[in-house]
Amino acid sequence: MSYQIVVCGSIVPDPLQTLEPVAGPALKNEMMLPSVLDPWAWHSLFEAAHLAKNVAGSKVYLVSVAPKAKLQQVMMTVGQKAPFELIAVDGPASGFTDAAEIAPLLADAIKSIPGLDQSKLLVFGGWESASRGAGSTMQIVGELLGIVNQFQGVDKLTVGADGSFEILERIEGGKHQVSKCAGAPAVLGWATGSLPEPPNNPQIGMQNMRAIMPALQKAKPTKVATDAVKFASVALPKQQRQTKIVKDMPADEIAKEIVAWIQE
Amino acid sequence: MTTTLEKPIESLRTLPGDDVRAILWRFADRYDLQMLVQSARGVARGPVARLVAEGERLSHDWTARKNELLKAYDDAGLTSAFMGPEHGGYLDGPKNLVHALIVFELSWVDAGAATGCMAGDLALAPIHERGTQAQRDFYMSHACPKPGEKTWRGAFALTEPLPYVGVETGLLNGKVRIAEWKDGQEPLLQVDKRGRFITNMGYANFVTAAVDTADPKIKSSCMIILHEDDPGTWDRGTPTKKLVHQLSSTTDPVLSLKVPASRIIGGYTIKDGVIIPNYSHGEVIEAVFRRTRVTVGLMTAAKLLSAVEPVIRYQRGRFRGGETAQPGSPRYDLGLQTKEDVLHRLTDIWATGEAAASLGFYTARLFDEIDPLERQRDASFRERKLTGRAALKETQRLEALAMAGKDGADPLVKFVKLDSLGNVFCPATKLWNTGHGANTMREAVSLMGGYGITEDCPGFLGHKWMDAQLEATYEGPEAVQRRQLSITMTNELFLAQFKDWIPGMRAIASSHPGTGACTLATAMQMWLWTLRHLQEAKDADGAKLYTSNRQGVTFPLADALCWLLAARQFILDTLELERKGPENPTVAEGLAGTLQFYMDLCHVQSARAAGEVGRICAELVFGYNRHPAWTAESCSACYLSDDLDALEGLIPGIASSARAYTDVTEPGQEHADKAGPCVCFENMEAFTKMRMRMDGCLTGARLAKDRAAESLQKVMIPEALDYPL
Repeated sequence: MSYQIVVCGSIVPDPLQTLEPVAGPALKNEMMLPSVLDPWAWHSLFEAAHLAKNVAGSKVYLVSVAPKAKLQQVMMTVGQKAPFELIAVDGPASGFTDAAEIAPLLADAIKSIPGLDQSKLLVFGGWESASRGAGSTMQIVGELLGIVNQFQGVDKLTVGADGSFEILERIEGGKHQVSKCAGAPAVLGWATGSLPEPPNNPQIGMQNMRAIMPALQKAKPTKVATDAVKFASVALPKQQRQTKIVKDMPADEIAKEIVAWIQE
Repeated sequence: MTTTLEKPIESLRTLPGDDVRAILWRFADRYDLQMLVQSARGVARGPVARLVAEGERLSHDWTARKNELLKAYDDAGLTSAFMGPEHGGYLDGPKNLVHALIVFELSWVDAGAATGCMAGDLALAPIHERGTQAQRDFYMSHACPKPGEKTWRGAFALTEPLPYVGVETGLLNGKVRIAEWKDGQEPLLQVDKRGRFITNMGYANFVTAAVDTADPKIKSSCMIILHEDDPGTWDRGTPTKKLVHQLSSTTDPVLSLKVPASRIIGGYTIKDGVIIPNYSHGEVIEAVFRRTRVTVGLMTAAKLLSAVEPVIRYQRGRFRGGETAQPGSPRYDLGLQTKEDVLHRLTDIWATGEAAASLGFYTARLFDEIDPLERQRDASFRERKLTGRAALKETQRLEALAMAGKDGADPLVKFVKLDSLGNVFCPATKLWNTGHGANTMREAVSLMGGYGITEDCPGFLGHKWMDAQLEATYEGPEAVQRRQLSITMTNELFLAQFKDWIPGMRAIASSHPGTGACTLATAMQMWLWTLRHLQEAKDADGAKLYTSNRQGVTFPLADALCWLLAARQFILDTLELERKGPENPTVAEGLAGTLQFYMDLCHVQSARAAGEVGRICAELVFGYNRHPAWTAESCSACYLSDDLDALEGLIPGIASSARAYTDVTEPGQEHADKAGPCVCFENMEAFTKMRMRMDGCLTGARLAKDRAAESLQKVMIPEALDYPL
């Protein structure tokens, strides 16, 4: 059994950058600020690459809706992490775009993959996003593709000898729910998983780039209608910093202080 | 004369990102290099930065934690970047720009790590440049990391303990002699070499060592490859107690080994029972250093540019948290940036960093262009059996063709033309970037106040300042670079090209008056005039001025040239940004502001360069003439004040105007109160006119600095540095 693993993932501003909402709504100088692949999609890409490596004949695709110039920049790093094929859609990646507008673009892009076989299809992505976090994009993509087996907040996927899946999903109270699924097709919205970030591997990068650059060049420009959503106001979350810097303080005392603070 | 400057539409919005840099340094169309940059950055701002932050620099020893960096370099493809695909690498073609980019990224955090990463390539460089095919294949393959195989690490051993440590690379204490030479067999050589300051030596498996002959049966010096398992003594030596670059392993090894003669780099021939190495050690290191020195220059450039963000953050946050700075007040928002001085000084640092980077990356690209042409030249000369004087004559013929503008398409003519540039740009990069860069780095440290000289200074600026001094020293200290420049900059083929750049700068000034290109053109003209003048002129005692031993003349002139080359490259890069920026949407968005800022920086840098050139040239042109003294003859040539007063009735105004133009002796004086009669500028009119013109050319430079400084107040910076403190 092999899989066609499609990872849905877009870009978000580098988390270290200063984000300043401006009219539009948009972020000030967003196009000029460096971007990274959305961290949740990032994890799902590692999981996809890990699965593909362990299941012979499997292939990873990365489907991304983003401004292609920004996406190209991000691919210089992401492209070195794991072998995959990019399907790029030139569109907005802003946090002010609604899941209902992006999901159909992703679903259409997935359907356009030549030789797509629903029986081998696993759709991966982040269960939320650093830019929006509505938690609904993957669910809509699944519905549009007709995939009813959907799992959100996934931390672990184990493939059984019979091709069935055991999936750990995050639930309330810091616990996991164990689900069983007969096999593909399925949608998995990943939380953080447990895999470390693979090191950069320029050899993989060079291999990927031969297909990534043409994919970026032929990315179709897409406009997203934003009329359906109105933003009444946009503001940064207020910074709340209650930091205390201590040096050489025993862990027991630190723990006591934290407990006391919680009990306040 | 008045000039009206349009008010800039925009100022710099964000710190220049990768896309801007890729255009400036001409690798926007090379995704392989863009990936390499990201890869190197991951290592620099990850494992390297963590080691620095955790104090690993405080030890001279090569620790287990430092050793982990080698794996990080291997995993990120930095080690194999030097090798071609035929040896297991993944990048084809010349590697000068590749090295430059890796070094720049690593040095952004710690130049010692960059040195450690590149030292293996330095060890391989003699083999790569002058080795036999078999040597190249063997060592390049073994040094390229491969899964499941041991990676060979090399060290380059040239420098030795006193008396030859440092500058004197032409003389060597290390010796090679014949240990055993049986009939019909390959000679076995005894190599004795003591090294000093040898990088990578803490873990090297092989050494490429420079040794002189100590045996009449070996004709000349050579470079030779030594293995750690060769019979004899392989003593890695004690770690050097250096204060800087602590993330590279440096020791003073003692090597006494027997090796086969096939280890002579580039091979050898035997004639009349004498081993004749195909290349002397001097020929090998000349080919090596002219490339590797460029990357050293870029280390200091990276430090300067890396200082900008932490300094801005420090300046803005300086008063936050204090009672006197309430949110919303200028003191809270701008902190020290309400003061003009700190902004102006940071502008100077940024301009120097950009100019240094432009100079260094241009030189790296130049050598990428030279490399294949040089191989064609070597092949052609080999085929035609041109060596020694015959090779020199052919080179002179090619240079003459290049001067005459003939056979421009001939790769050999193209080679000599570019080579004449490489011979100047390489030492210029090394000299100016590291020397002036180290001085400027001190300014950056000073802008952080006391914080600057602490271990936890954001951006590790104190470490970087100290490190810069080593960069100014190793691979040929400043005196060596000045010496080389004093010779290569007088090559007529170089000077012909330099002369052509002057109208080029004027043309740029015409279309882009805000770049300072006109100022620079005048300064270039002045430098060229001064060189020509000094080549002919004699001092007050009749001794020639521009001679090899007269370093008081040649060295400052070499310094002046570096200022010009750096400022010119910066302007050319900025124009490239203007041309290519609109094609990239991520650059295009704020391009107007970015360009305005960069042009202002160019103007600042050009003005500074012109100032330096004017000062140096004026000192040299006038300084070797003896000042006129108050002799009886010179005193009698002066007007007497009383005579002038008497003449005032006949020629109104003569009393005051004469004082402006000549010496006047007042009543009761033997002569005016000064060193002697004023100097007459006879035959110097051209120079004095140029000097006056250049002073006028500085018009607007300070307005540009004010604008750039204002941008520094407004530019958006990230919330925090992207590497640990």
